[in-house]
Amino acid sequence: MATTKSPTAKSSAGRISDDSVWILGTHMTRFARYPDKDVVDLAAEASIAALEDGNVTIHDMDVLAAGSLFNAGTGVGQRIQKQIGQTGIPVFNVANACATGATAVRTVYLSIKAGEADLGLAVGVEQMGKMGLLGGAGTKKEKKVYEPSGRYGAVTGIDGYIGTEGMPGVFAQAGMEYANTYDGVGFEQFARVAYKNHLHSTLNPLAQYRKEFTMDEIMTSPTMSYPNTLLMCCPTGDGAAAAVLVSGQRLKAMPAQVRRRAVKISASVLTSDPYTEASQVQPDVNTLTRNAATKAYETAGVGPKDLDLVELHDCFATAELIHYDNLGLCEPGAAGDFIDSGAPFRDGTTPVNVSGGLISKGHPIGATGVANVFEVTTHLRGEAGDRQIADAKVGLAHVIGLGSACAIHVLEKAAV
Amino acid sequence: MEADTPTQVPLVSYLRLGSEAHLVANECTNCGARFFDRRNACAQCGLREFKNVRVDNAAKLKAFTIVHRAAPGIPAPYVSAIVETTDGTTVRSNVVNCEPDPEVVQLGMELKLTTYSIGSDDDGTEAIAFGYQPA
Ligand SMILES: [Zn+2]
Repeated sequence: MATTKSPTAKSSAGRISDDSVWILGTHMTRFARYPDKDVVDLAAEASIAALEDGNVTIHDMDVLAAGSLFNAGTGVGQRIQKQIGQTGIPVFNVANACATGATAVRTVYLSIKAGEADLGLAVGVEQMGKMGLLGGAGTKKEKKVYEPSGRYGAVTGIDGYIGTEGMPGVFAQAGMEYANTYDGVGFEQFARVAYKNHLHSTLNPLAQYRKEFTMDEIMTSPTMSYPNTLLMCCPTGDGAAAAVLVSGQRLKAMPAQVRRRAVKISASVLTSDPYTEASQVQPDVNTLTRNAATKAYETAGVGPKDLDLVELHDCFATAELIHYDNLGLCEPGAAGDFIDSGAPFRDGTTPVNVSGGLISKGHPIGATGVANVFEVTTHLRGEAGDRQIADAKVGLAHVIGLGSACAIHVLEKAAV
Repeated sequence: MEADTPTQVPLVSYLRLGSEAHLVANECTNCGARFFDRRNACAQCGLREFKNVRVDNAAKLKAFTIVHRAAPGIPAPYVSAIVETTDGTTVRSNVVNCEPDPEVVQLGMELKLTTYSIGSDDDGTEAIAFGYQPA
C-alpha cells in the first residue's frame, strides 16, 4: 500500500483550477457538555465563526448542509438558518451514522462540483447529554409472550443472546479478528492507542478531556467489552463544527491573504459496505474503509507516506488500530508494530489523532466528521498552536459509521 | 390443563430444535451466499431465489469480546463471538459453558453448537437460544 511521493501532487495544490474545491473558513466549539445550550446554539456558534474565519457572510452562501444524526429529522438546517440568516438557499438535512458530518461536507462539495454553488456552508452538530453508546436497548412488554417477529423471527431482543450489538463490543470483535489474523496485536497494543490519544489531547484546548493516563490506568479501568476498557472508549458529549467551502473559480478572485489560508480538498470520498460473507452477521468496518482509502489516494494523487497527519475514527481503541492497516499507514498486518514503534505518536512518522481523537477530544456524532476536517485544516494553515504538527502540508480525515458509511477527505496546504 | 413438558420455541427462526439442534440458513441458489434473516433479494448477486440449508455445528472462534456492560436484563459478563463453522459460514453468537476470561477464551479454539433455555413467557412457553461451547 505504501506509495512513493508523487511529484505532481504537491505542485498542483499551488495552482487554483476552476473546478477545484477549497476550505475557506472553519471553526469548532470545544467538545464538552452544554446543558444550558441547544443544538441550534452550538451549530450557530460554529457556523458564524466559520463564516467570519472565511471573511464571508451567510448572504454569500449558495447552499447549506446540516449534519446531525439525532436532529436531521427535525429540520435542524432550517432551524439554524433562523438564527444565522434565512436567505432561502437550498438546505440539506443530513444523517449518515457516524459519517454524518463528513457527509454534510461532501454534500456541499458536490453542490460546488455540480456547478450549482460557488460557496457553501457545512455544519455538523450533536447534543448527546448522557445518552451513551454503551448500552443496548431492551425490549419491554406488558405481558411477556414469546412470538416470532422481525426478519430473524426472534421471540425477544437478541442483543446479548446472539452476541453483542453494543458498540464497544462490535468494535472489540473487529479488533480481535485482526489479532486473530496477525501477530503482535493484543490488549497492550490496543491500550497504547488510548494512551497516545489521551496524551495528545493534553495539548488541545478544544478537547472534551485533557488528561494523560498511564498504561496501567488504561488497562485497569473498568472493562466495557474486552479488550476495550472505559479509557479506550470515546465519551459522549456535545459540540459543533463548521466549514465554508468555495470553488476554485471564486477563490481565485479573493485577496491573497484569504487565498493563503485556503486549504484544498484533494479528495472527497464516500463509500458504503460492499457484500462480504462475514458482514452479514457483524458490521464490516474494514472493506469500505479500504475502498475509500484507495479511491482517495488515487483521486488526490498522494499516498499514505505523503501524509503529515491523519485524523481517523477512533471511536474505540480497537478501531484505530485496524484503521492503520485499512488506510495503508502501516505495512499489511503490521498495525501492532506500528503503534509499538511510536509511528502514530505526534513525534512519529505518521501522527494520528493529534487532536486527542474521539477517545479524548470527544465524539458528538454529527460534529465529528466536520471537526476532523477542521483539525487537519488548522494544521495545514499552521494555526494549531501547541499541538501544531510542524510544516504539515497534506492530511487525511476519516470517519466511519456502522451500517455502514465511510468518508475520507484528503486536504492539502495552499501554496498560493 | 397441565402439560408434561412446556412448549418450547427457538429464540430465532433459524435455530431448529429437535434431536440435534442446528442452524438453517437461506442460501442463494445462484451465488451460494448465506443469510440468517429474511431477504428480499441476495445482497451479493441480487437474485431472489433461496433454499434452506443446514449449517454445520462444529466451528472455530474467529473473534470475541467479553461484554461487561450488557443490555438491560442480560447477565454479564458474557462472551460475545464471531465463529466460522466447518462449512465456512460466519455466525454471530455467544460462547457458553466457558469462563468469561481472556486467559480462557482463545482465538481459534474449537467449538460446537449447543442450546440453552433463556426463560419462559407468561404462558409457560420456553425460549431456547443457541450458543457455542468448547468442543
Ligand atoms: Zn446471490
